[in-house]
Formats: sequence, C-alpha cells, structure tokens
Amino acid sequence: MPTITVNGQSIEAQSGMSLLQACLEKGIFIPNLCYLKAMTEPPASCRLCFVEIEGQPDPVAACTITVADGLVVSTDTSAVRQLQRTALQLLLSVHDIDCKNCPANKQCALQDLAKFLKVPLKNKPTETYLREPAIDETHPHLTYYPNRCILCGKCIYVCQTRHGQSSLSFAKRGFDTVISFYGALEIDQQACDDCQQCAQVCPVGALVMKSG
Amino acid sequence: MTVANHQALKAVFQRIREQADQRKTADTDGAVPKITIGMATCGIAAGAIETKQTFEQALAERRVEAQIYTVGCIGHCYAEPVVIIDHPDSGFAPIFYHNVTAGKAKMLVRQFLIEGDPCFEHIYGAMETNEMIPSVTEFDRFNQEVRVVMEKCGHINPEEIDDYLVSGGYSGLAQALQMAPEDIVAAIQHAGLRGRGGAGFSTGRKWALAREAESLEKVVICNADEGDPGAYMDRTIIESNPHQVLEGMAICARAVGAHQGIIYVRAEYPLAVKIMTRAIAQAETMGILGRHIFETDFNFRIKLFQGSGAFVCGEETGMIRSIEGYRGMPQHRPPYPVVNGLKGQPTVINNVKTLACVPPIIEKGYSWFRSIGTEESPGTAIFSVVGDVVHAGLVEIPMGVTLRELIFDICGGIPNQKAFKAVQIGGPSGGCLPAAFLDTPIDFDSLTQAGAMMGSGGMVVMDEDTCVADVSRYFLDFTQNESCGKCTFCRIGTRHLLDILERITKGEGQDDDLQRLQDLSLDIKKGSLCGLGKTAPNPILTSIRYFKEDYDAHLKEGRCPGLVCRPLIAYYIDLDKCARGCDACVGCCPTNAVFTTSTRKKGIDQQLCVKCGECVVACPPEYDAVRKVSPPHLVPAIERPAQPENAEDA
Repeated sequence: MPTITVNGQSIEAQSGMSLLQACLEKGIFIPNLCYLKAMTEPPASCRLCFVEIEGQPDPVAACTITVADGLVVSTDTSAVRQLQRTALQLLLSVHDIDCKNCPANKQCALQDLAKFLKVPLKNKPTETYLREPAIDETHPHLTYYPNRCILCGKCIYVCQTRHGQSSLSFAKRGFDTVISFYGALEIDQQACDDCQQCAQVCPVGALVMKSG
Repeated sequence: MTVANHQALKAVFQRIREQADQRKTADTDGAVPKITIGMATCGIAAGAIETKQTFEQALAERRVEAQIYTVGCIGHCYAEPVVIIDHPDSGFAPIFYHNVTAGKAKMLVRQFLIEGDPCFEHIYGAMETNEMIPSVTEFDRFNQEVRVVMEKCGHINPEEIDDYLVSGGYSGLAQALQMAPEDIVAAIQHAGLRGRGGAGFSTGRKWALAREAESLEKVVICNADEGDPGAYMDRTIIESNPHQVLEGMAICARAVGAHQGIIYVRAEYPLAVKIMTRAIAQAETMGILGRHIFETDFNFRIKLFQGSGAFVCGEETGMIRSIEGYRGMPQHRPPYPVVNGLKGQPTVINNVKTLACVPPIIEKGYSWFRSIGTEESPGTAIFSVVGDVVHAGLVEIPMGVTLRELIFDICGGIPNQKAFKAVQIGGPSGGCLPAAFLDTPIDFDSLTQAGAMMGSGGMVVMDEDTCVADVSRYFLDFTQNESCGKCTFCRIGTRHLLDILERITKGEGQDDDLQRLQDLSLDIKKGSLCGLGKTAPNPILTSIRYFKEDYDAHLKEGRCPGLVCRPLIAYYIDLDKCARGCDACVGCCPTNAVFTTSTRKKGIDQQLCVKCGECVVACPPEYDAVRKVSPPHLVPAIERPAQPENAEDA
C-alpha cells in the first residue's frame, strides 16, 4: 500500500486509488463537485480539488492523480485556495442565489463550499449572468433549473451507469452549456424508469422530480 | 526485412515511378505552351475558376494549342489569381502573372500565345533568371523563403499522384520501409523536429513513446482541424500537395507500428476534403497505401474524418472524443494519447505540417534538416501572414528569421504609409507583440519567451489604426464561443474576461478592471482543464504587458488611440478641406446626419451619426475632408443652420 504525506500527516492509501479519494477517506476534506467514488475516469471539470504536490510548479486536480508511494501533498496552500475561491466565485456568478426557495437549501454543495472556503454567497465581486429559460420542463419526470446547475455531470454519469445509455446529456457549448434530455418522450418509454438517481445525486437541486 | 526484400521493394517502387513517368510524358506535349493556374481555395476565391474558363474559351475560339495545368497554392495570396505561362516558342522564360482576371486571360491568349508579346506591363516576374525579364527569384518574397514543406506546392497538380511521384514523391516512404522502425524514430529525433501544431513538443520523442507503448493496435492521426482566425496553412498544404502528408503519415505508422491512420479535417474545407479523399484513393489503387504497401508486409489504411467545426476538437483529447462519436470535450492529460488514445490505443497525433516535414527528412537525412533553422528549432516555419501587410500569403522561412525580416522584407511591410503597431502570433492562444520585439527571431523558444507562441502559424500584422483592447476583445469573443463548456474556468471565466473587455471598449471601464483582467487571466491559465482555456487569456496578458497605455487611454481618458472603438470616437468634416457644393457624403449617410452649413460645406450632426464611416469612403480623395477623433468631445462645433427654409438647400 502506498504511503503518502498530506499536510505533514502520513497516510496509507489503497493502490490505484485517486489522491482525492484517499484524502477524503482519511477525513481530509478537499473541495470537489464533479467527483464520484465509482468513477474510473473522473471528468476533472469542476476545477476545485486542487492540491499542491511537491516537485510540481502549479496546483493539480487531486482527482486526476493516482496515489504513489512518497507523494508529498499540501491541500491548504494559498495557491490552492486562490484557485478554489476563484472557481467557486465563478460558479456562483452564474448561480441563481435564492436559497430559501431551493429544495437543496442546507444540503447544497455550493453552500458547504462557500462556508469552507469563506466565500460570501452574495456580494460577489463579479457580475451575475443568468440563463434563459430559467426552467426546463421538457422531461416527463424532471424539472431542470439551468441557473442552479453547476454542470458537474454527475446526473449523466449515474444515468449512464444504471441504464447503459444516459437519457441526459450536455447540450450546446461554452457558456450556453446545459443538461438536456434528447427525445425525452421516447426515452421515457424506453429508458427513464423514474429511478430518481439523477435528482438524488444532484448536489445543488438543479434536477427536481416533478411529483416530489 | 532482408536484403533480397529491399531489392524487391526498390524494384517495385522503381516500376511505380517509371509508370507514372510514362503516363506523364504521354500526357504532356513538350512543344505547346503550358498555362499553370493556381486553384487552391485562395485562388478560387479570387476568381481562378473564371480565369481558367476564360483561358479554355479563348484557346478554343482562337484555335490555339496550349495545355492548361491546374496546381494548388504557390503561397502568393496577394497576387491571386496567379498564372504562370511557359511559352517556349516565344523565347521567354516561364512568366509569372498576378491578378489574372478574365480580361487579362483573354489578352494573354491573344497577345502572348498568338502574337508572342508577353505584355510587359502585366508581368510580375520571370520564373527563372534570364536576360529579358527580371526574375522573381531576385525578389525578397521569393529568395528569402526556404521551402521544405511547401517545396512542391503550386508546382504540381494535387489531384494527380503521378505528379507527386514524378517530382520525387514517396521515395521517403520507400526508403523508410528499408529502415528498421527504431532508426526512423531515431532519424526524426536527431532531426530535432518539433510539433508544428503550436506547442513545439519533440516529434521524435512522441513517436518513441508511441513505439514503446505495448498494444496490438496503434493509430496515427493527422490533425487538420485548423481553426485559428486568419490561419490557413494546413488547408493550403492539403489542397496543394496532399501526398506529402500521406507519405509522412505512412512513415510515422511504420515507425511506431500503426496500421490505421485518420485525417481529422474540418468539414468547412470542402476542397481539402475532396482533394485528400482523391489522394487516398489514388495511393491505395497504386499499392502505396492500404495492404501490402510496395508489395511488402506493411499495411496502413488511412481514413478521412470530417470534423464539424468545433475549435476545441483541435485539442488532442477533444479530437479523440469527437472521432469516437462523443461530444468533443477534452479530457485530463495524462494519460497522453500516445499511451492511451483513440479507443484506448496508443495514438500519435501530429499536425499537417509536422507530418509533411517527415518525408524530406527521411529522404535527405536529418543533418540536412538540422542545417536549416536554429539549433533548438531546426527546419522551417510556415506562416499565413495576413492583416495590414503588402504581400499577404503563405510564407515558409527558416526558423530564426526575425519578425522584421518576415514582415518588412519578405511580406513588403505595412501598406498606405502607416506605422506598424503590433503583430499577433499564434491566434487566440498567442500574444500581441509590439515594435520592440520586431528583432525577435522566429523560433519556438524566443516567441514563447516574448509572451506569444509559435502557434500553428497564424500571423496577423496590425498597423497604427488598430485598437489592441479591441483585438483582445475579438479573440476573447472567439475563445468564449469556442469553449466546450466542460470546465469552470474556461466556461465562465472567459465570459467574465469578455465582459470586462467589452466594458472597456465601450468606455465604461472601471478603475480596477485591468487588475481584475490580470488576476482572473492568471487563474484561468492555471485552473483550466485543457490547452484552450490555459492559453485563452494570452492575448489579454500580452496586450496589457506591452500596450498598457492603450488600455489606460480607454479607462482614464475615454480615448481609443487606434480610433476603432465606436463609442469613443466621432467623425467631423474639416471645413478647410471640404469642397463647397460637393454632396458626395450626403447620399451615403444612412441616418441623414450630414447637413449643409451656411457656407455650403458639410457638417455632421453628432446626435444622428452612427459612426459607420461611410462618409470617409465617399469623400473624394482630393478633398479627404472627413476626420475621426477620440474622445468624441474633441469634435469642433459646427453649427447646423436652422432648418433649411430656402429652396436651394432643400
């Protein structure tokens, strides 16, 4: 089993495991939004799980690093926090902050991270951009809120894993990227069996079951 | 492979070549004049199809015997349509004509082909040194170029494999097949070839890694997903000499042990797609690609894959996802494609120009290649030089030539007596360099050090009428549109950068905007997932570094030094120059902002003016009376007379 050093503390990790997972399992919190333990190739898209590794000039995403014996890691340097705060501020700048009307209130990943990174939810230094339409009702079972969504892709992953083919997908590109349901009606008959996994895995209440 | 096999291979190659030779000789009748027309996209855009049709018609009407020969691009885009006429009976050397319109074509048939007068006033130069006509080889634009990749471009018909074979093509592949694969990799490593796609990674090193990777199947991908604004090197090379690229791919496949190749080319390049598809088919028919190449046991098939126009698919991992049929979103590297690429197979991805460098290296040896260019960046660089430059076009120069030599000597400098302001190298990922860097040698490391990058070869030259903040805004608008949307920094961060730049160019910038641009830019560079995001802020960072006064003028004075940003400029008419009674600017104004003053000259109503600049175009050059100023309050007050009441003015 590889032994790594995190913030001065020596940790034994399972070989083949990602650095992010190894730290999380030992109770060392590293902010993350798009990572699930079962993922073999994490998307590395939220750009939050930065750590500094001795010998590397810039912070790297911990989900992309496989533990190796002798890794010396710091999770709490100023360079790491700087990138994490900027990433969170960027996510908040496209987020409709209306916590008291959001089903994810008090169990929201963004709220947790804002607290952890000491980033104010409101009074952000940047402009806010919200997308139109603010609600997508095309799916028979789900309501989608693009202005809550952080595009972590967890819903796509769980749907793909359960059904072999995901009825959710990224659509459009760049700033306009959203989660979309291709041919929702046909998929309703074929794949989407109302399993609710996507809504459950959503960290920010962007996918909500219509019945609930 | 044994010695006997080498002999057999040589014999097969010899036979293929001789057959090509025979077909070519049968085709060409040495005595008749030969009219060579450049028919790549640049030529066609300038009217080459019409020129060719006119030649055909005129020859038929006048019953003149001549052969029309279509080639790709010779690189002189400023002179398109380009025609070279070789008329041996006239006693002149082959002559290069520029801007050959249909009218000129007719005239040349009558006067030159029939009457033997080469129309001296329309000649650009002779193709060879001779005593009657100055030769183009004496011009800087020609004699300072060194052509490795583009040697045959514009000289052979890209649609005929025989042309390539007769001019020495595929002998690199024949040679490579007689070498041990390790030796091919070693030759490329010794040559010091670096990836021409932008980053300049050692091609030999990449091949060595792919060769070492253990896998039954390996893949070679040619990256022709060229998308930088103003860059068209790869398109032109494919349209002008596709076989050199195919040959490079086959040599690469032999070296790394691959049996399948893919050319990823943009669907927006229809002519390149057509020419490349034809080239692959011809090579397969002749046993140069496909199974048992040159009757050896080496198999290599190449397929063409058309990308759907996403800039991010030029990034290796995004391209692989796109070929696999997924959304073109880049993935984290490592693992690098050479280890784990297309469908998990080791995959070498090289740019068109990199692959086209390979055959000459194998043929002429690595020391020959090293003798060109600089120690750290051997070989040549190809740039599509565009913008405010006299001789725009495709230029191939040895690495180490300075920017000044390239822009002022080879490309003829800045037109209209304007001053040089900046050169943008490396497209949206590159940087903007000021005049102080004109003596920087062009090579991978010097340009990176200066804050720009080699990029894939796009070079935009800008004169004094350029607003650097507006150029940054343009590039950010591009990257922002082309971001795939996967990672936070690129998806949202570039939007904020663009927003700040738009604010600045409207004159609504805030005090801390420069600082915010820089801070956010640095975070985006460090935080982004792929090369697109990591380099997207480069135009901002370099332009703030070198042209801070431009930004300051916008922010502090509400002034646009390049007189570009519309909200910060205004037009007025210089009454000393305006001609009494001239109405040229009145009709062109879309908002009726031009009025007649009490002295029967013209003025512009600033409330109505939309700053379209049409009046500048309309004002006759002998008056040249329309002035542009920034900030707008510098406009002198010109009274609009009370509503015209007398019939004369109305």
